[in-house]
Amino acid sequence: MSRMNMIQAINSALDNMLDRDPNVLIFGEDVGYFGGVFRCTAGLQEKYGAKRCFDTPIAEGGILGMAIGMGANGLRPVAEIQFADYIYPAFDQLVSEAARLRYRSAGEFSAPLTVRAPCGGGIYGGQTHSQSPEGIFTHVSGLKTVMPSNPYDAKGLLIAAIEDDDPVLFFEPKRIYNGPFDGYHDRALQPWTQHPMGEVPDEYYSIPLGKANILRPGSDVTVICYGTMVHVCETAVKETGIDGEIIDLRSMLPLDLDCIVASVQKTGRCVVVHEATRTSGFGAELIAEIQEHCFYHLEAPLMRVTGWDTPYPHAFEWEYFPGPKRVGEALARVMEDA
Amino acid sequence: MTDETLRLHLPEPTTRPGMDPDASMIKVPAAGTLPKPPLDEPDDQMWDYALGMVRVLGDDDLAVGDWDPKLDADTLRRGLTYMMRTRAFDDRMLRQQRQGKTSFYMKCTGEEACGVAQAMALRPDDMLFPSYRQQSMLVARDWPLVDLMCQIFNNPKDRLQGKQLPVLYSVKDANFFSISGNLGTQFPQAVGWAMASAYKNDSKIAAAWVGEGTTAEGDFHHALTFAAVYQAPVVLNVTNNQYAISSFSGIAGGEQSTFAARALGYGLPGIRVDGNDFLAVYAVTQWAADRARNNFGPTLIELYTYRAAAHSTSDDPSGYRPKDEFTVWPLGDPIARLKKHLIKLGEWDEQRHASLQDELEAEIKRDLKEAASHGTLGVRPCSPSTMFDDVFKELPPHLRRQRQEAGL
Repeated sequence: MSRMNMIQAINSALDNMLDRDPNVLIFGEDVGYFGGVFRCTAGLQEKYGAKRCFDTPIAEGGILGMAIGMGANGLRPVAEIQFADYIYPAFDQLVSEAARLRYRSAGEFSAPLTVRAPCGGGIYGGQTHSQSPEGIFTHVSGLKTVMPSNPYDAKGLLIAAIEDDDPVLFFEPKRIYNGPFDGYHDRALQPWTQHPMGEVPDEYYSIPLGKANILRPGSDVTVICYGTMVHVCETAVKETGIDGEIIDLRSMLPLDLDCIVASVQKTGRCVVVHEATRTSGFGAELIAEIQEHCFYHLEAPLMRVTGWDTPYPHAFEWEYFPGPKRVGEALARVMEDA
Repeated sequence: MTDETLRLHLPEPTTRPGMDPDASMIKVPAAGTLPKPPLDEPDDQMWDYALGMVRVLGDDDLAVGDWDPKLDADTLRRGLTYMMRTRAFDDRMLRQQRQGKTSFYMKCTGEEACGVAQAMALRPDDMLFPSYRQQSMLVARDWPLVDLMCQIFNNPKDRLQGKQLPVLYSVKDANFFSISGNLGTQFPQAVGWAMASAYKNDSKIAAAWVGEGTTAEGDFHHALTFAAVYQAPVVLNVTNNQYAISSFSGIAGGEQSTFAARALGYGLPGIRVDGNDFLAVYAVTQWAADRARNNFGPTLIELYTYRAAAHSTSDDPSGYRPKDEFTVWPLGDPIARLKKHLIKLGEWDEQRHASLQDELEAEIKRDLKEAASHGTLGVRPCSPSTMFDDVFKELPPHLRRQRQEAGL
């Protein structure tokens, strides 16, 4: 057991998998010799050789096209897309190829493939280094979409993603790489090393995809979130004193609907929170499912707290970011008639 | 110098419907003029191959020059048979579409030598990443046509369970990768597949195909870049059949240079070959495969040919090109050319040719009867019970719920 931040936990997962499975290989822009712009692959090329961990040209479509071919030929490639914002040139390879290969060949061919991509804002990254595109991919049949909220989950979920026989998009909220960001950029960040979820086994372990985590049990309102927003929601619950049941989805697809439905049927209220833009976001899907399965248990309208439907503005990211204040207001609103 | 008024250039073919077909602008070098380079020929020595054309079968129907693969008569007859079987299959399947027994079909008429000679020059365990007009490769790998017909009919014996378009085959047992309808995506995948083969110290190589139109896609650039960077053991092919549906090759940039010449900027050898010359296609493919197999890296081949039929059953070429253009195509018909070569060698004659044709037609008819006995698209199609399978390896809860909702 070690104290790790999320970068170290991801590195540890990759290290374990390179060690366990000779078919695992890692590549992306700047991931090899240099160890990645966020350092997630630091030391891996030195330890396992350039054949197992190498640099690629700047061509996301090429990176994932190559990865699909490798996956189809028996390897388990783990590709890094340097920022989730750069994933769009690879959209066709993901949507039309990785997601469809098994189906269109009726199971003859498949390409296990893990795509790691740092996502989310709050780092002064502007509109091209801050996006949360997960909802674009949950809309595609054939892809799994995961987003961890802490180092322990990041390692276990990443190992599960690499071992999964289907393509998995693994979004890493970079604002919480170093600590559980509570939404207050003007306060000191608590490092993961001082947080219980920063306790990470050095050894191999995995967390199944599709199992949500009830981070905080509560009886007033269900708060559904993932990634950075988990910590923002925790702060909001603390600040309002509302007894929120916080569900960290961990993976959006597969979705742990049973966990969500049981919680909302218990609390009768629900607020869905994500950093991504609102319209057609994953929150809309969650709310549709909840109203279908929990309608007669609901005590208040379902609410969403999300990023605004604008590009991520560089100078106004704290006006854009759905912080604890906005989450707290939504919690208070759904509790108005209680 | 004073500036001119700027002019926008919009490529136009020299002939259109209603005009006499004209192929006078196509320069066809004599067979045997280009020597066969060593496998490690420096790329800057390859310009003649990229801009010229490797041809083996001369106007006198004899093989000439050091590209002659010197195939024995049995192999040549086998190649001829595969090409004729492909054409007979295409003709018969087109009729099935016209009769409403399937929704869609695509012929490869005029391009049979490309697929057959390349499949024969590669090894059976090399992985093919084909485009959609390469049924001849499955024919040359002796894959049963009944199986393809069952997919075309989407009947209960369709191995792809009605999930894929009629001609977008997937035959893992023949090392024929699942064909995508999104053009060009298979090109970088083949590079990755080949890299994995090298990673595993395996001996299998990969080969991939796009049309000349698809060279405009980013995937083409990605594939050539990655293939060059990692020296992947892959043979990359451009089937230049002159048309991307209705657009002549000039719309893909064919006016400025050859498609083979694209390779040289990436530091790869590019070779243009007479795609209707069975012997030349075989020899060039073998050369490129030998390069890949011996760690000399990838090669780009441009197969210069002509799409004699419509793009698909949904297309009518009379709307955009002169009628009978194929009759003036300077590289002729690949089947007729190999036939004449075999006759010239004294290894074939008109009577044997005619009886082989009859035999193949009878064979296709038998196959068709068998395939249709299992059902066709409108009559006894395959069951939708597997519709939710293979989205993922295991059915996730949301699909299980949807399957129940669909009553399947």
